[in-house]
Amino acid sequence: MQLDAKIPSGPIEQKWDQHRFDLKLINPANKRKYRVLVVGTGLAGGSAAAAMAELGYEVEAFCFQDSARRAHSISAQGGINAAKNYQNDGDSIWRLFYDTVKGGDFRAREANVYRLAQVSNAIIDQCVAQGVPFAREYGGTLANRSFGGAQVSRTFYARGQTGQQLMLGCYQALQRQVSAGRVRVHVRQEMLDVVVADGRAVGLITRDLVSGAVQRWSGDAVVLATGGYSNVFFLSTNAKGCNVTATFRAWKRGAGFANPCFTQIHPTGIPQHGEGQSKLTLMSESLRNDGRVWVPKKAGDPRAAGDIPEAERDYYLERIYPSFGNLAPRDVSSRAAKRMCDDGFGVGPGGRGVYLDFAEAIGRLGEDAVRDRYGNLFQMYEKITGDDPYKVPMRIYPAPHYTMGGLWVDYNLMSTVPGLHVIGEANFSDHGANRLGASALMQGLADGYYVLPYTIGDWLAKAGPAPVDTDHPAFAEAEGEVRARVDKLLGIGGKRSADSFHIELGKVMWNKCGMARTKAGLEEALREIPKIREAFWSDLRVPGSGEQFNQELEKAGRVADFLEFAELMCRDALTREESCGGHFREEHQSDEGEARRDDANFAHGAVWEYTGDGQEPLRHKEELQFENLEPSTRSYK
Amino acid sequence: MEFTLHIWRQAGPDQPGHMEIHKARDISADMSFLEMLDAVNERILQEGGEPIAFDHDCREGICGMCSLVINGVSHGADRGITTCQLHMRRFEDGDSIYIEPFRSGAFPVLKDLVVDRSAFDRIVTAGGFVSVNTGSAPDGNAVLVPKEDSDQAMDAASCIGCGACVASCPNGSAMLFVAAKIAHLAHLPQGQPERARRARAMVEQMDSELFGHCTNHYECEAVCPKEIPVRFIAEMNRDYLKASLGAED
Repeated sequence: MQLDAKIPSGPIEQKWDQHRFDLKLINPANKRKYRVLVVGTGLAGGSAAAAMAELGYEVEAFCFQDSARRAHSISAQGGINAAKNYQNDGDSIWRLFYDTVKGGDFRAREANVYRLAQVSNAIIDQCVAQGVPFAREYGGTLANRSFGGAQVSRTFYARGQTGQQLMLGCYQALQRQVSAGRVRVHVRQEMLDVVVADGRAVGLITRDLVSGAVQRWSGDAVVLATGGYSNVFFLSTNAKGCNVTATFRAWKRGAGFANPCFTQIHPTGIPQHGEGQSKLTLMSESLRNDGRVWVPKKAGDPRAAGDIPEAERDYYLERIYPSFGNLAPRDVSSRAAKRMCDDGFGVGPGGRGVYLDFAEAIGRLGEDAVRDRYGNLFQMYEKITGDDPYKVPMRIYPAPHYTMGGLWVDYNLMSTVPGLHVIGEANFSDHGANRLGASALMQGLADGYYVLPYTIGDWLAKAGPAPVDTDHPAFAEAEGEVRARVDKLLGIGGKRSADSFHIELGKVMWNKCGMARTKAGLEEALREIPKIREAFWSDLRVPGSGEQFNQELEKAGRVADFLEFAELMCRDALTREESCGGHFREEHQSDEGEARRDDANFAHGAVWEYTGDGQEPLRHKEELQFENLEPSTRSYK
Repeated sequence: MEFTLHIWRQAGPDQPGHMEIHKARDISADMSFLEMLDAVNERILQEGGEPIAFDHDCREGICGMCSLVINGVSHGADRGITTCQLHMRRFEDGDSIYIEPFRSGAFPVLKDLVVDRSAFDRIVTAGGFVSVNTGSAPDGNAVLVPKEDSDQAMDAASCIGCGACVASCPNGSAMLFVAAKIAHLAHLPQGQPERARRARAMVEQMDSELFGHCTNHYECEAVCPKEIPVRFIAEMNRDYLKASLGAED
């Protein structure tokens, strides 16, 4: 596997401009002769499909939801970053670049991040022009707020529904191209394989989730915008349908998978209420400004929070991290909560939770002031848990939220399979080992509106039209494999549901490859996962047939891929003998429990190559060159 | 907790449907309504049956995918929430619960509780957008938008496109959905150039999809998970009337 990142030469400020000039163009009249297949219609896929159609390409877009508008980008709450410096507080493209590389713990590619910061401003302009109702000041200008990991106010937002509003802007742009006849959106269609022929991606195999029909699609380029894989943990803040199938199938067709162990665990999720729980909901991290985190001093204390006197409470963040206290960074406080619960001090059902207590703040500020600051969050919490946080402490627990790892792409967002492009959360490029808040929406739209439409034109101009159509044997072969796989899932005839295996896998991943990882734990996971997989392929029950609407079959296919992918994740975590960002190996920490990076040996992206079922995948490296920023230890002191 | 569920089962769009009774046992009060259905499905699967099909995705009230009529009310009796945000503690132990799809002539049932809402996409495709190509936008602060207008636009734009309004309307009207999109863009300067054309195109598409008309029942507002007010329908009617009078074709 050759890893050529194709980073343009020259000063970082000029790379993208020079590169855009160097890219080959396609005559407007010729663009319509090229067909691009886009999988996923979230912020990355939707914006890419719309922007490419505006340029004149023929686009086929696919999503498994019942409308392009429902892609999981819609759930993002906080906001979107841009280096506008509207607040006159010292922001700049360089500062956004610096914050993002540092936030990612120096495991991202400088040139990509700089370009991201450069195009961030145009995203805001475009979204405003589409009618995205961003928050405004009374004078009519755009409002900003500050967000984690930055000392400037650069985050644009639309109440707590920023993702939804950007998503609708992008969906509307997409539907406009549908009305212009340049995009066809195929809803309730799941991509089950990429077709590679003559050394390039030439098409897809999909399954129509309503009729069950397996279909072939040919195109001159393929774009995957299929999101992240946090659902490998079963419980995460992701939508239920989010899955790894598209990127994992592409991996098996030759695309390198980079840094799969880089996952982000958000510290303030609402904890699991019991075994029947299907997903986790996030509570804004801002609550830690006034809430105090504690657990009972006695393990397994059965008393209600209010009955535990002050002297018998352990405000462990304040105790362990006296200088930061309850505002300890995300990864530190997430790991501390897990340790408390592992040691038996956790509260609530299953002992997987810690208190976030507002009693002190209510006493100091009054209930009205607390309601002003956090009223809507308190209400949301009450709806889900039935507890009134004005009277009893909230319970919180860390939740898997985002995956920085993904398919490896070069500067042009193309994977190691020629013609196969990967954008948004599905690729690995911009966030390194940890993503800062309000950067995911920025990256999805940057890739889709402002990067891919340029770079894909260059590739199409050089590669020319795909030399094959759906009659090529590669399509028949891929379709045959998809059909065989569907039949195999249906034919096991066991007793257990796909969900039951998914839950079992999720527990292993959470305990052994979650917030804190050890060599021994990862090795155990690598022994346990194949056992679950074996049980899956011998005791799964999928009722019904493949020629119908069959939600159990959909789930089974996704779980089957998670069961293989999980091993890759653990293997990556095992070989990365350092702690950085969201990847914390307990063997590699300072005396204070901080992550200890190893720049001498691990300042690279780890890129895994598929070598066959049952074979060890190969680990390749893309060495990261820091020519503009000096990798430093992230300090929280 | 334990419940007796009366659930609509239908094998496909052209098949006859019927109500089927299922027991939901060992349900925790903390479960969401969809988690309760997950538990029922798990049991059906164990017992060799075919699980109940229902739409869902984000399970936090924003994607608009979940869609059940519960005891005759879209998204259940609680105000301002989607089905996935409804929790079992809102029911009494031993209750009988009736679960049906979002029924409407324009929303054909695909299977069990799953309906086809693609008519909504076609209405947006008809004109629910601002025609601005990527790259041609002025600076974000070049056009000032009064905060009040922006807030009004946001109130309307918060629609999640779930279709609860259609399912609860005796006329099967989609007017709250269509009005919300028209009002979102009509309250912003960016939406002005195409305002009249948009209103006409979207209303005409809505009519061609065989949605009914509004006769002021206000059931849509009552069940809307985002509590979008019916006054937007009045605004839409005004825009549509003006657009029709000024139409040249």
